[in-house]
Amino acid sequence: MNPKNLDTYCQNTWCPGCPNFAILESVKRAISELIEKGIPRENFVFTCGIGCHAKIFDYLNLNSFYGLHGRCLATAQGIKLANPNLKVMAFVGDGDTYNEGISHLIHAAKRNTNITVLVHDNRNFALTVSQFTATSPKGFKGSSTPNGSIEESLNPLELVLSSGATFIARGYAWKIDHLKNLILKAIEHKGFSFLEILQPCITFFDNRQFYEERIYELKSPLSKEEAKIKISEWDYSDGEKSKIPIGVFYKVEKPTFEDLVLKN
Amino acid sequence: MSKDFSILIGGEAGQGSRMAGLIIAKIFNFIGYKIYIYEDYQSLIRGGHNFSQIRAAEKEFQSRKEKIDFLLALDEKTINLHKKDLEKNGLIIFNANKVKSKDYNPPTTLPVKDGAPRMGIEIEKIAKEMGGKPIMANMALIADFAKIIGLDWEILEGVLRREIKKEIDLNLKIGKRAYEISKNLLKIEKISKEPTLLLTGNEATALGAVKAGLKFYFAYPMTPATSIMNFLAKREDLNVKVIQPENEISVINMALGASFAGVRSAVGTSGGGFALMTEGLSLAGQSETPIFIIESQRGGPSTGMPTYNLQGDLLFVLSAGHGDFPRFVIAPGDAEQCLYYSALGLNLAWKYQTPVILLLDKDVSENTFSVNEKILNLIQPEKFLLWDKKGEYKRYKITEDGISPLAFPGSKNVIVKSTSYEHDEYGITIESEEVEKMQEKRLRKYETMSKEVEKLEAIKVYGNKKSDIAIVAWGITKGAAKEVAENLGIKLIQPIIVEPFPKDKMKKALNGVKKLFSVELNTSGQMAKVLNSQGIKVDGKILKYTGRPFFTKEIEEKLKKIL
Repeated sequence: MNPKNLDTYCQNTWCPGCPNFAILESVKRAISELIEKGIPRENFVFTCGIGCHAKIFDYLNLNSFYGLHGRCLATAQGIKLANPNLKVMAFVGDGDTYNEGISHLIHAAKRNTNITVLVHDNRNFALTVSQFTATSPKGFKGSSTPNGSIEESLNPLELVLSSGATFIARGYAWKIDHLKNLILKAIEHKGFSFLEILQPCITFFDNRQFYEERIYELKSPLSKEEAKIKISEWDYSDGEKSKIPIGVFYKVEKPTFEDLVLKN
Repeated sequence: MSKDFSILIGGEAGQGSRMAGLIIAKIFNFIGYKIYIYEDYQSLIRGGHNFSQIRAAEKEFQSRKEKIDFLLALDEKTINLHKKDLEKNGLIIFNANKVKSKDYNPPTTLPVKDGAPRMGIEIEKIAKEMGGKPIMANMALIADFAKIIGLDWEILEGVLRREIKKEIDLNLKIGKRAYEISKNLLKIEKISKEPTLLLTGNEATALGAVKAGLKFYFAYPMTPATSIMNFLAKREDLNVKVIQPENEISVINMALGASFAGVRSAVGTSGGGFALMTEGLSLAGQSETPIFIIESQRGGPSTGMPTYNLQGDLLFVLSAGHGDFPRFVIAPGDAEQCLYYSALGLNLAWKYQTPVILLLDKDVSENTFSVNEKILNLIQPEKFLLWDKKGEYKRYKITEDGISPLAFPGSKNVIVKSTSYEHDEYGITIESEEVEKMQEKRLRKYETMSKEVEKLEAIKVYGNKKSDIAIVAWGITKGAAKEVAENLGIKLIQPIIVEPFPKDKMKKALNGVKKLFSVELNTSGQMAKVLNSQGIKVDGKILKYTGRPFFTKEIEEKLKKIL
């Protein structure tokens, strides 16, 4: 494999037309820009969980550790502690990080570890042929809930804000340039940066129209109080009236975990 | 008087009996005795009953004596619980401010008329009069004991100055006062030997790993492994970063991240925490990421007996994790072995890029042992196979010995892909029948590891090496079993590296043995099962599962019945 190329030889097995392709494209554009800005290519490293999102490991030719379902934020923090010069990203799914690995998300935000988390939120467990996750709307008809799920959905942005995340943003997979800019900002943020990416699952939960009718771009920056209001504008339900803001909700500078651990 | 003393000091949690026991042990160490301290405490913070039982002898022993020569009681419960174990001429030295019952009044009965000779001293009153805190009463008890055994004040002062950092002058004042008013009853002779290093197994494990290049220690608190974390956090001079993540799952996944980035890291826990780590263990096996795991057993199953011991996790650590992957399992039996095998374990993890489990038990972890410092000179970080920067880098390069060169993210012209999926040489996911090649590479690595084990000190043999009767004992059980082997003139075999199993070494150790017995602290004879899986049948099992380690006599009596 040519270490100068961001692509690998691996055949892509995402569903044709899957927004994961758009996310991958945004990531590659953002990384290319950062390399041009002078960050050595070998200093990028990413981890991923398990699920459709995680196949990015096979398609993105960068240093990477394909970890365990739900656990790759922990792996990412270990990498960052061991070599703080590295730019560490963690690609995770909604089932991955809001279900299986939610404790790691809360604690990574709490300690303000200097990594970037990119959530491919397709709001179902797709690779296991569709079951509900923490962000599936109530009534979601998946293979384990043929009559609709009975649980209310979780608003992950509220969770990470109250957990102490110092950068919180939301993007939409099909707004590639907008998403690329969010990725750039997230990586450039010093501290725990959290980027939720709304990703329609075209096979099992095709909510493109729902999103595209409701999405609008935020005017940043916002205070913490304003961020709270904007974050709660949409509660991840199927509400007819709600609007869905995307962009940077919150950003604040705080000492990072690694700075504090490694200060001596 | 034989130079083999048994001293028990006990009290409620919070009275400082452990610290006092350690100081008494250091006094004996200073005058040339070899030390072993058994720690017995309960899972509570205040009240209850804790004790330390010290064995100070000219010869090295690693088990406690059944009988007590000196019973030092910070409270009355200590006397009531342990006076039955007092030697015929044993002496009770007690806190006269706490022990009030008429049996012990007047507090001094010397010479003895009836019952055990006893010396009561108002240690709490002394501490108070000198302006000290209640816990400083134990300083008065130590000084009282020192006077009784004929120790010079200067020696006591020297030990106290080395051991006590906080308020030393006040502590010395209390000690001096107690020393002055106490009586000298006997003279314990100095032995012409140098003091040795005194370490708990956990301290030794930490130091061994540090000597082999440890940089990060990840752990979630769990008895009896917690003191490794606390020791490394306190000893800033050792330069190890201690990280306490949200749970054991995070612990092992963080540590694997650190290893992947090229830094030596370790994790430590007990059985329950290790159970949570097993998916990460399997990840380490598949992704070939070096990881050093310390598992200190306690009484199980489940929460079991947190502060007591059972050797019940051997079969678990041998088979933990889904899928087939190579691992080392190493079970040292004392602090000196912890020091050496901890360093070896960390080195092996990097040499073979696979999990290494150091299996301790509560008594190996927390008891104190005399350690030969020269062991430290034998250990250092060993080089591992690093990529030679020639040609294209392949993380999982197929090699004859199964070991692929390591490179780390951040190195120029290299892409390092480590993965939990089955993969090709670059680390890209594959599910075709080609997967066989990578599995066979790992199998060859296991063969290489098996050969390495035969070159290492995987098994130790003690006692009468020519005897046709042998006992097998591992972990803390080795200590009492060694004494048994020496007393009865039989052979003791201690398996230390259990996986890969040292077949040739064991065959050699068993040469000429006609009867073989296993001695273990569990209900099913787990080491006997391991031996059986290697075609080695034991003729009998001596098992104990009270949570407390064997006394020498217990093994001897049970052995005589089945011989």
